[in-house]
Amino acid sequence: MIATLLFLAVVFSAILCLPVLVIRGRMEKIPGGTGEKTGRWENFKANLRPQIKELKFSLKRLRKSPLSIAGITIITFFAIIAVLAPVLAPPADPNRPYNIPRDGFSQTPKPPNENHPFGTTEGQFDIYYGVIWGTRTAFTVGLMVVGASILVGIVLGALSGYFGGIIDEIIMRVTDVFFAVPALILAMAFVTAMGPGLDSVMKALILVWWPVYARLIRGEVLQAKQETYVEAARAMGASNFRIITRHVLPNTIFSVLVMASLDLGAVVLTAAGLSFIGLGAPLGYADWGQMISFSRNWIVGPPGQPFLYWYTVLIPGLFIFFFVLGWSLLGDAVRDILDPKLRRK
Amino acid sequence: MELRAYIVRRLLLLIPVLVGVILIIFALLQFFSPVQRAALYVRSPQQFRNLDQIIEKYHLNEPVYVQFFYWISEVLKGNLGWSKSVNMPVSDALLRFLPATLELLIFTVPLTIFIGIKLGITSAIHRDKPVDHVTRGLAIAGYSLPAFWLGLMLLMIFYGFFTGLFPPGRLGLDAEMVVSSASFQNYTYIHTIDGILNLRLDVVLDALRHLVLPVTTLTIINLAFIMRIMRSSMLETLNKDYIMMARAKGLDEKTVINKHARRNALIPAVTVSGYLVASLMAGAVLTETVFNYKGLGWWSVNAAVQLDVPAVLGFVLFIGTVIVITNLIVDLLYAKIDPRIRLG
Repeated sequence: MIATLLFLAVVFSAILCLPVLVIRGRMEKIPGGTGEKTGRWENFKANLRPQIKELKFSLKRLRKSPLSIAGITIITFFAIIAVLAPVLAPPADPNRPYNIPRDGFSQTPKPPNENHPFGTTEGQFDIYYGVIWGTRTAFTVGLMVVGASILVGIVLGALSGYFGGIIDEIIMRVTDVFFAVPALILAMAFVTAMGPGLDSVMKALILVWWPVYARLIRGEVLQAKQETYVEAARAMGASNFRIITRHVLPNTIFSVLVMASLDLGAVVLTAAGLSFIGLGAPLGYADWGQMISFSRNWIVGPPGQPFLYWYTVLIPGLFIFFFVLGWSLLGDAVRDILDPKLRRK
Repeated sequence: MELRAYIVRRLLLLIPVLVGVILIIFALLQFFSPVQRAALYVRSPQQFRNLDQIIEKYHLNEPVYVQFFYWISEVLKGNLGWSKSVNMPVSDALLRFLPATLELLIFTVPLTIFIGIKLGITSAIHRDKPVDHVTRGLAIAGYSLPAFWLGLMLLMIFYGFFTGLFPPGRLGLDAEMVVSSASFQNYTYIHTIDGILNLRLDVVLDALRHLVLPVTTLTIINLAFIMRIMRSSMLETLNKDYIMMARAKGLDEKTVINKHARRNALIPAVTVSGYLVASLMAGAVLTETVFNYKGLGWWSVNAAVQLDVPAVLGFVLFIGTVIVITNLIVDLLYAKIDPRIRLG
């Protein structure tokens, strides 16, 4: 648990630091922007002007795109649920908040009532509690997997793209192997080998997801390497490490962010699939995929009442759907807005 | 000449990928104890009684590279072990469950490509108009739907509400009887095709009835993929000089789009169809599970849950091989369509 929180903190602070890195990276690119001898701050402001202009343009496009607004709204909504989970659904045992409380052991689901606003699913697990805390599980899985994949991808992708040659060839052949088998299927094999459980699911997903970022960053690095500012930095005697971290990587960040947004949804979707199959979270753990697998026997009610158990299927499914939708909408809109080929047309 | 060199290069690139997939699978095996690993060399149920003999024979207690040598020689002979979840050798199980998955894909692939291309073009032509937003929104929504949930919802409506309209499974009881009877010739084990060849329309109809929901599920989920590629490639093409030229010389918009833009915009859509196969296979795993449609995906999930390791690994090896070969074919087609690739 503490390790998880620490990791999340690192990922978040890394994301927060990115803009600073971008700005610092660019600051060094154009020495003495205004021509006259000025202080660092004036210099900085002058160099920042085109960036602010571009940022304003991006924000304008973002505001004009209804899909991205919808995406941001949905994600904010889920973030609020995740943060307020202990308030919205107070856990009975504060040490094990992810265990869904059970109200008896009967198999037959019970419809929404005063005690259970969304009803109970197979085995009398409270659906409301499950979906609320499931939001936290989804964020944890998504951020952990995408964050770790980005870290691995940045290191390997940058090495591969910047140095080329045999290193590039080896790393890229390895990614080829991972692309040859769909993520869900390979992750399924990894989980089978490591033994079912949420930890195994996350490890397996990181193992199969990093090649996406390694490739992406390699491509971006290859492109950035051609730029004049990298040549200039090299001519000024900057070390390889400095060129990569200060000049090349900051310019790859936008495409990584777009990819991360799309992937956060995809990772949660895949994890839910694994949980649905029965390879994910242990019984009774607040997890959307598992809640849907509970509903499998209840999709058809008794004769005359075909939708009697609708709440067992519909509610957890809608949570997964909207969560993934939010990230996909955002990623898709941002991709269009940041794509220099489509941006101004 | 260049084309031949290109083919040779692609074939050579195929080898490291396959070796890599094999290495990953072998690495996964190291998670297990020798006794569990022995299941990979079993060819009949009787052999389970003397696993020690197998451990001895395939040197499972010896260093990794020795084991690898013995393992790979068995794999190359086609012996992938025993699948305890269905009680038959893995290689037999692969052959037995493949036709069902093929049947699913035969209907899904053309539908997905056709609708995806159509929607992508519509969306690109009406960029930033309501049509564009609606099409894109729907496609993204489709992509965000969990396959298993969509399947359950469809069953809830078309199996529960319209009682038994589109049932789960692969064939109804009656059709199952016909198919397994002696007079019915199973040429391909793809029931729709066999039904036509045997002139049994009832089997064809029953098979189709069971296919409607899984095919719908898979199509909806994979549509966004093709659509998105088609849209951006169409947008890029529409900005090309030759499109401006075509418009300038007074061609009507329909000709410009159908003749000049669409053909060129199709090229990127062809290249991604290899990835489409991969994404469909992943989708098939969940879809087949939900619909109890007994294909490769159903078998692999069933095996994974029962910790039937040889089956899962055999499945991964099979899928990896299929996808590598598909990508090769797509690459070759691509080189044929677009001279810039083989000459560039």
